[in-house]
Amino acid sequence: MGKTIAEKILARASNREDIEAGDIVEAEVDLAMSHDNAALVSKVFGEIGAEKVWDPSKIVIILDHRVPANTIKSAEGHKTIRQFVKEQGIENFHDIGEGICHQVLPEKGYVKPGMLIVGTDSHTTTHGAFGAFSTGIGATEMACVWATGKLWLKVPETIKIVINGKLKEMVMAKDVILHIIGEIGSDGANYKAIEFYGEVVDEISVASRMSISNQAMEAGAKVAIVPFDKKTEEFLKNRVKGKMEPVYADEDASYEDVLEFEVSDLEPQVACPHKVDNVKNIREVTGIPIDQAVLGSCTNGRLEDLAIAARILEGKKIQDRVRMIVIPASREVYIEAIRKGYIETFLKAGATIINPGCGPCLGAHQGVLASGERAISSTNRNFKGRMGSPDSEVYLASPATVAASALKGEIADPREVLK
Amino acid sequence: MIIRGKVIKYGDDINTDVIFPGRYLAITEAEEMAKHAMEDLDPDFLKKVKERNILVAGKNFGCGSSREQAAICLKYAGVKAIVARSFARIFFRNAINQGIPIVESPKAIEFINDGDEIEIDLERGEIKNLSTGKTFSFKPLPAFIRDIINAGGLVESMKKRLSKS
Repeated sequence: MGKTIAEKILARASNREDIEAGDIVEAEVDLAMSHDNAALVSKVFGEIGAEKVWDPSKIVIILDHRVPANTIKSAEGHKTIRQFVKEQGIENFHDIGEGICHQVLPEKGYVKPGMLIVGTDSHTTTHGAFGAFSTGIGATEMACVWATGKLWLKVPETIKIVINGKLKEMVMAKDVILHIIGEIGSDGANYKAIEFYGEVVDEISVASRMSISNQAMEAGAKVAIVPFDKKTEEFLKNRVKGKMEPVYADEDASYEDVLEFEVSDLEPQVACPHKVDNVKNIREVTGIPIDQAVLGSCTNGRLEDLAIAARILEGKKIQDRVRMIVIPASREVYIEAIRKGYIETFLKAGATIINPGCGPCLGAHQGVLASGERAISSTNRNFKGRMGSPDSEVYLASPATVAASALKGEIADPREVLK
Repeated sequence: MIIRGKVIKYGDDINTDVIFPGRYLAITEAEEMAKHAMEDLDPDFLKKVKERNILVAGKNFGCGSSREQAAICLKYAGVKAIVARSFARIFFRNAINQGIPIVESPKAIEFINDGDEIEIDLERGEIKNLSTGKTFSFKPLPAFIRDIINAGGLVESMKKRLSKS
């Protein structure tokens, strides 16, 4: 019987000829990524009695969660990590200021199709956009990966999602994936692999595919793979070293389910508090006043996200009562956004720009919400207390909807604002 | 392993951010983490868990972040086992790696009430509700996973593995 992409990658990584969904394999990891929580990982690494990491060239650490350090505790964590990478000879270390791990990892050429990537961050699914098997694990498991290079994994069943049609103006990949999560639910793909296909997937940029693979984690997905194509190759070719060996599914691969979505009529979507699958059409929520608008994150802080927001805000002012926070996803994105004039547009419109990193997404710093406050955000989670006070609210939407809402001071349809 | 205790019951989709809020992620000491367990979900949790140390929940328990602190804080707050209709996959692994006995049982949530006393037999795959007298079974975890739990978590089981090699 034919194999899915997940089955093929895990077969190769575990040196097995023939595996199928449900099998448990011990796989050799190609790339192990951590961020600020490498401090916790290195502590556990000591506790298990390990001395040297299995292969320093396969470990990448990128500081992004609390950068620059917001408290002495965070600073101590960063210090521990800097010492650890020095002792272990880990050269793939990116200190504060480089950007969000999921943006920096492919930008710096670490990600290749067909790889088995694990990261101590749930949104490690992002790298499925490059045809990799890429998934999140906890700190203790990562310490064991650092020690042995190995990890047990259950071979997941795969759901094939086909997205057809043509997206309307101002409707983005974020709207598509929020719509899908709304349909299948927050555990609709729990433990499962997803393979994405269809006219829309072929048509959209690599950045948009990264949004989809990233946000798909909010349906529980273990991996969210977009098969490698010319666009992926174009993005990676001047970044990666060595040969790219893409993996494709067989024609007769066995899928647990095939879901088809026709999105030509899709409106902008909004995930309402406090669940990512509480998704509504924009017209059901327009007019709800907001205190803060957040544009950034590993889901939507890339150049095309800033571009569409700049187009909406060009020559205009956001509402006085709204605090708009813009976080370019990486140094590379930031420089390009300056060159293209987007940053000047945001500043003149009244927005605050903060350094590349996770920003306020996880409620640690740089724009946390007070009780009773409401934010619209291009980030990926709207759980209770996610961005600050447990009595605040987060609405998730596309960069276009975030910019339009900042302009109006209330949740707004980007198509209306541009008229 | 047999675990006996009284139950605190919660609903569906209990996420990692309410189990352990992001604002505390820089904390590295487990005892310190435990002080914030379930802070945004149930302000009385730390009081309740002194008397009742088995959690029973609905579907998708632990969805969201990969933060292992969510499992660590529950363990150090005194949780002895978690029974849920289903678990989100990263939390599922983190709980095992922390040595928390974990039971996926679609039926349990219907037959166990808040405050009931239950007994879980991990090897046999059986839960007895001592308060109602009902007994029901679940599919036991694979032996190698039970070994990790029995060792007290992945750190202990890895220590053994590394010292042998």
